[in-house]
Order: sequence, then structure tokens, then C-alpha cells
Amino acid sequence: MIRFEDVGVRFDDRREPVLRGVDLRVDEGEMVLVVGSTGSGKSTLLRCVNGLVPHFSGGTLSGRITVDGRDTRTHRPRDLADIVGVVGQDPAAAFVTDTVEEELAYGMESLGVTGDVMRRRVEETLDLLGLADVRQRTLRTLSGGQQQRVAIGGVLAAHPRILVLDEPTSALDPVAAEEVLAALTRLVHDLGLTVLLAEHRLERVVQYADRVVVVQNGRVRADLPAAAMATSPVSPPVVDLGRLAGWSPLPLSVRDARRAAGPIRLQLAGRSVVRAVKPVTTSGLDKALLSARALVVNRGRRAVLRGIDLEVNPGEVVALMGRNGSGKSTLLAAACGQLPARLGSVRTGGLDPASLKPRQLVRHVGLVPQDPGLLLYGETVSGECRAADTDMHAAPGTTRAILAHLAPDVEDDTHPRDLSEGQRLALALAVVLAGKPPLVLLDEPTRGLDYGAKTRLVASLRLLAAEQHGVLVATHDVELVAELADRVVVIADGEVVTDGPTDAVLAGSPAFAPQVAKVMHPQPWLTVADVAAALVQPPPLAV
Amino acid sequence: MTLAIHDYRLPRLLHPAAWWAWAIGLAMAANRTTNPLLLALIVVVAAYVVAARRELGAASPFGAFLRLGLLAITLRVVFQVLLGGGTPGRTVLFTLPEIPLPSGSSGVRLGGPVTLEGVLAAAYEGARLAAVLACIGAANTLASPRRLLRYVPATLYEVGTALVVALTYAPQLVDDARRVRVARRLRGHGGRGIRELARLAVPVLDSALERSLNLAASMESRGYGRSVHRDARSRRQATALTLAGLSGVIAGVYGLLDGSPAPLLGLPLLIVGSVAATASLAVGARRDPRSRYRPDPWATPEWLVLGCGVAAGVLVLIAAQRGVPGIVVQTSPAEWPILPWFPALGVLLALVPAWLSPVPPLRAIGPFDGLQDGLQDGLQDVGATS
Repeated sequence: MIRFEDVGVRFDDRREPVLRGVDLRVDEGEMVLVVGSTGSGKSTLLRCVNGLVPHFSGGTLSGRITVDGRDTRTHRPRDLADIVGVVGQDPAAAFVTDTVEEELAYGMESLGVTGDVMRRRVEETLDLLGLADVRQRTLRTLSGGQQQRVAIGGVLAAHPRILVLDEPTSALDPVAAEEVLAALTRLVHDLGLTVLLAEHRLERVVQYADRVVVVQNGRVRADLPAAAMATSPVSPPVVDLGRLAGWSPLPLSVRDARRAAGPIRLQLAGRSVVRAVKPVTTSGLDKALLSARALVVNRGRRAVLRGIDLEVNPGEVVALMGRNGSGKSTLLAAACGQLPARLGSVRTGGLDPASLKPRQLVRHVGLVPQDPGLLLYGETVSGECRAADTDMHAAPGTTRAILAHLAPDVEDDTHPRDLSEGQRLALALAVVLAGKPPLVLLDEPTRGLDYGAKTRLVASLRLLAAEQHGVLVATHDVELVAELADRVVVIADGEVVTDGPTDAVLAGSPAFAPQVAKVMHPQPWLTVADVAAALVQPPPLAV
Repeated sequence: MTLAIHDYRLPRLLHPAAWWAWAIGLAMAANRTTNPLLLALIVVVAAYVVAARRELGAASPFGAFLRLGLLAITLRVVFQVLLGGGTPGRTVLFTLPEIPLPSGSSGVRLGGPVTLEGVLAAAYEGARLAAVLACIGAANTLASPRRLLRYVPATLYEVGTALVVALTYAPQLVDDARRVRVARRLRGHGGRGIRELARLAVPVLDSALERSLNLAASMESRGYGRSVHRDARSRRQATALTLAGLSGVIAGVYGLLDGSPAPLLGLPLLIVGSVAATASLAVGARRDPRSRYRPDPWATPEWLVLGCGVAAGVLVLIAAQRGVPGIVVQTSPAEWPILPWFPALGVLLALVPAWLSPVPPLRAIGPFDGLQDGLQDGLQDVGATS
């Protein structure tokens, strides 16, 4: 179906080719997962399939790519539109029309599908992806999961035989991500679609894949999932656990791991929990860096937060969880004074953030927004750092030093836009930290981060906590929470549902449990590091 | 379905072109009269039809257009008072202190006596503009321009797409700007002032540019522009023919509306233009391999709505041509306007669609459920912009 023959891709402004010597064959009906660290060339590989590289992106392509017998050198993306459907990372950026039905029909209109066929396929697609209830809604008013399903439906309705998806679940909460992936696997099985899928959060998809393509340093290796995972530079927690325990074959799903984990559960039974993340003991007296009391915040006329009580103390990392649209971002916005409290109060370091002047605000609280690019205005990394020093009234060189610590390999003359997701996040975090705010807020920081970047982020945030900063992270990523947080606050519909220590909250519910907790249940370990720490403990004395 | 669409009792959205034609007819009537009573009647007719046939939950720019109209009247009158203008009048209302101007500027005057005749003439002129604006506002509310753009003829498809994209991008650009300004606070700046504006412009334009590239990639990979025009020559010919035809139509309409050049020039131009435009559209449509999803049907109710609007316009036009008293109100000497019955009946014809056109679907569900749905959308909208 898809053949890459000795393919190389080189962009003019880069010294190294992005891809080289790629030989790959994807057969009809296969579901192939593409993995690799950030910036390894995954997206480029995917965009080659329908000819966006090089027809749209520029650059030089060597070798030959044929899709269903059509050579991408002579066929532009539009000429391949009837066989290949592409869904990008940000569904909202790809919408052409503005209502659900029209968006589903757009591709078919371009292909000249006749009216009654089109009508029928739109109805089928609405049912297939569970969108019938929202068919007349404006796309902007849909939730992230719905938008992503519309984006998939839009290409699917045109009946392509190959579906290419670039991180289709990165913006979604765990439940919405499940929804999208379930729809995808059903399509593969029911329609025999060929699917090429790139994803950072492997724990969500690796068990569904027929083959895994690992992209590393511009080279590509295809293998069966278990074999590929054994040597892959990125791997989900179950695989790490399997490696730690020496299981063979490596488990890919919680189910596989659970069946192999009997002995290790028995071996660890009764050992005390030494969390790799140690909760800090806090005084809990008047020193809270953030305190919200019966906080009500409106967006327009709607009360998004409906009486929130929350405290963040020095030295504490608190994770804020909840589904898309539950009010996480609104709470962060209120905590840094972007939205005023309508009722109740919010105080950062004892002061109302909304009444502070901007230059005072940055001394109390810093926020890294969901799109870190919002904080960056400079032309180069070094320029950005200098501007941040002035903005935050820090000594010259402060920001650059922090950045060097967070992300050592960032070059001075790069444009912030050309950084990888992880590097851009590090830069935004460095800018915020230059003001030394006691309270640091992060909104969905792991979007688009690979496991390596995530580990570095966890390390730097733990370091901040050790220096008595308070950290509040809004996230969907349970694995991150398991590794990072001391306390988890779950909000739903603008109210606090749960507020408790990480292990109790995460282990207590299947939707929020990280993979290791599911494997080790009823033992209380949450992360691979926890299990490793427990393994080296001496066994408890028999009484 | 095929028969049902001819019955106005089946709830559905009317073809947007029908509402626009209706509104243009009404605007044509408004444009040919300065009688405040007739103009008020036109605005009332437009408002009543909007109130009766507006889809619940849809955007309603009608009010904004009415306010714009009031502004037009006010501005006209204020300028008349301040600058005097050329209207001679005997009834002096009051006298403003006059500022002497250099002798070269004859005809322009600052301050001086303000006459009733002058103020009335200005107010009537303003009211005419306000009524035309009300008609355009009604069209915007009854059928959003975005829906109308779906019917851009195949030869002008690219232009139509560009317009749709622009309509989508403008609100997103505003959203972006707001987000960037809010984020600016996090860097210790207020986000106000000229220097700040310059700094903010870069990221906002940057993200707009990136968005358009994304959109272009998405359109390309979904088959946009796929063999629409097989060769460049046929495209150029079709475009030239369409543009010529449309210019003819516009010039013709202008001739008819304006009334001051030879009135005979208007009609022939309009006819020739229409023929050219239709021909090119027919040729273009035959070449177009694209298909259209759920096109709005054009059936009896559409003809009726179009007919009512056009009839109103044509009747007032005929009355104006014949010099029916009351179409143009005398301002010097000022006299009390009367409502001429013949044009007034014509305008009232445009009221018929308030009953004899299909009810929009949400509205048909009933004010409660329909409004609920609409509200729901509105609320989510607020949430999504966050």
C-alpha cells in the first residue's frame, strides 16, 4: 500500500538531513505506530505519505515513495486526497468550514462525490464517530475530543484507504483520548483501513499496533511491537516495568503485564512504600502560597468555578486534574489575576493577584500557559532571555542560566518558534522563573513532550519544590502526576471533587490510575521508580 | 421532500439568496424616497419580518445596523448644523456664532444661522441611509453572509473561499490578540500603550500566519483545487466573462437606483450584464467537478419571498419615475409629509414573508426548546473562547 524506497529528506536550512535511507513497506489493513523522541522526524515521515513533504513544505526528497502505485513526485497532495487522509495535531487549525456537517462534507465536495452519496456518508460518519448530537453545532463551540473526532470524520467521510494521524490524542483528557482511539481501532477492524499513527503517549496506543516504526536520528526501523519496544528510545511505563522485572516477551498492555506480575507482587507484598517522590511535610499555617476560599469565577455569564477551596504550600507540588472544560485553566487564570474572583477570594502570598500591578505580579506568581509560545516574543533565544531579564528585573544572564540548566542543548541564535516543544516549554519556564515567583503554575505542560523531556521537566519541578517554591500543575497526564505530585486535586464542573495525597487519589480510581498501579494493584506502587525502590529494600521479617 | 419543500409550512431555512434578494428589493425602495413616513414603514416592515423569521440562537446583527442608522442620521444633522451647507431656508431656528473663513472657500461656512429646512433635508437624507442599512441588517440576520457565500459560482470559487476564510479568521485574530495581551501581564507588562502594541503585533500576526499555513496544508491534503480548471486559458476566459457580467449588473443596478443619469442606461446595462454573468456561470458550472453538500433547495417559498421584495422595490421605483407626490418630501418650504398610498402598499407587500415563508427549524421546535439549544451553544461559545 505504502512503499518508501531509500527515501531521504533534507531541508535547506538544516545541516543534517531529517530522514535518510528510509526503506519501509506498509501493507493494506495494517495499523502502524510511529514512535521516536521529539524532533526525530516522525512528522516529516508522516507528511511524506501524502506528498505534503516536499510539495508543500519545500526541501529535497530523494528516493521514491509510492502510495497505491502513485508516485508522490508526480502526484501532489490534492491528487492523493482520494487515497490518503491526514489528521494533524491541532484539529482546530485544520478546520476549513464552521459547522460539523459542512466540515465532514468538505473533502467529499472537493472530490466531487455526488449529492446523495455524500448525504449518506455524512450520516454514516456522524454515527460512526458519535457526532450525531452535535451535527449542527459550530466547530469552535465543541470540546477538544469532539473536535478531534470531527477532524478524523472529515477525512474519513471521503473514504480514503490510508489514514495518517499525527498525535491525535495529545490535547485530550484520558477519557476523550480513549474515545478517539476506540473509534480508530474499530475503523481498522471494520473497514480494513491502513493506519499510520504517531503518538507520544505510548501507553495509550502501543497495544493496538500491528507494527512499530522507530524513528531515531533520521533512520527508521520497523518491527513487531514487543521487539521494537525492547530497544526503543521511548517506552511506556508497562514496558519499563517489564524491563525492570526482566519479563520476556515484554508486556505491551496492562493485561499482559498483570498476568506476568504475579511473582513480583508476591515478592513485594508487605514492603513499605518508599515513594521516589517524597511528600514534604508542611506547616499548613498561614504560609500558603496560594489559597482560594469559596472561589467563584465567571467567564461571561457562566460560573465556571463554583466555590473552590484550595491551598498550595511552600515545597509542595499539587496536580490539578479533571476533564476538558472542568475549570482547570480558569482556576490557574484566577490564581494569576487574569480573571477576577466574583465571589469568595483568591490570594497569592496574601495578596489579591487581580489587583496587583503586572510588575508586582511577576514577583508573586508565574504561569506557563498551555501554549508556551504566548510568553515568547523574541527573535532569538538569547534575545528572549535578555528581554526576560529586563522584564523580571533580574540580573543580566539569569534567564539564560536557568535555561541552560533546564535544557542544556538549546542554541542561542535559534528562533523560539523553531525549538522543539520541550525546549520551548523550558524557555517559557525559564522566563517565568527569572522573576523568582514563590508560586509557579503550569497549564498542561506535557502536551507534545516525549518521555525524556518529561523526565527532565519532573526533575526541574521537584528541584523547585525542594527550594520551597509551590507548584500547581494542571494536567491530564496521570503518569506525570504519579511521578511528580505530592497531592492531587480533582475538579469537576467547577467544584473540588477530591483533594488528597497522590497515591490515595490515583490508586483509588481506574480512570486516573497510572499503568504501574493497575499492574501492581492491590499493592500501592505508582511508578516504575517506586517499584525499583521497593525491590532493593530488604524483605520484611517474618513474624 | 420534493413536493414538501414547495409548502411554506415545512420548517426549514430559506435559501439565503432569497432573503438577500428580498432585502435588496426593499433597500431599492428605501433608496428612492426621502419621505420619513415611508422610510419608517420600510424599517418597521424589515424589523417585523426579522422578528418573525429569525432563527433562534443565530447571530443577530440587526440591532447593530439600526444603531448605525441612527448614527448616520445624527451625523448628517450635526454636520448640517455646523457647516450650514447649501440649502437655502427662511425659517431660522437659531444662530450659531459664525467663524469667518478665508475668502477663497466659497460655499463652505462654519456656524451661522441654522434653518429648519436645512435640518429637515439632512435628517431625511440620513433617514434614507438608515433605512437602507436596516434592510442590509435584516438580510444579515435572516441569512448569514457565510451561508450566502456557499453559493458563489464555480468560476469565482477561489474568491469565495478566501472570503469564507477571512470571515473565520477575523474573530480568531481577535481571540489571539486577547490571549496574547493577557499573557503579557505574566511578563510584567500591562499590554497597553503604543510600544506594547508593537510588541504584541508580532506574536499575533505570527500565529495568524501559522494558522493560515496549517489551513492551507489541510485544504491541499483534502483535495482543494483538484482539477477545477484543467487549463489556465479556460479559467481566464471564464473569470473575465464573469467579472464583466457582474460589473454590468452592478452598473445597471446603480443606474436604476441613482436615477440621475439617463434612466434608460440602467435597464439595458442590467439586462446585458445579467445575460453575460448567467452565461459565464453556466459555462463555469459545467466545468466544475466539485459537488455541493445539501444545497438549499430553491422552491416556491423562495420565489415568493424574492417576488415580494422585488415588487416592493419596483413599485416604489415606478412611483418615483411617475413623480407620484409624497415620494420626495418638500423641505423648502418645509411641509408636513403625507404617506402616499401607492408606494406604501408596495412596501407592505414585503411584509408578506413574515407569514408565507417557512419557519426556521429551531424556531419551529418552539421558543422554549429552541431557545434552550441556542443558549446552550452560546454558553459553550463563551467557554470555548477561554
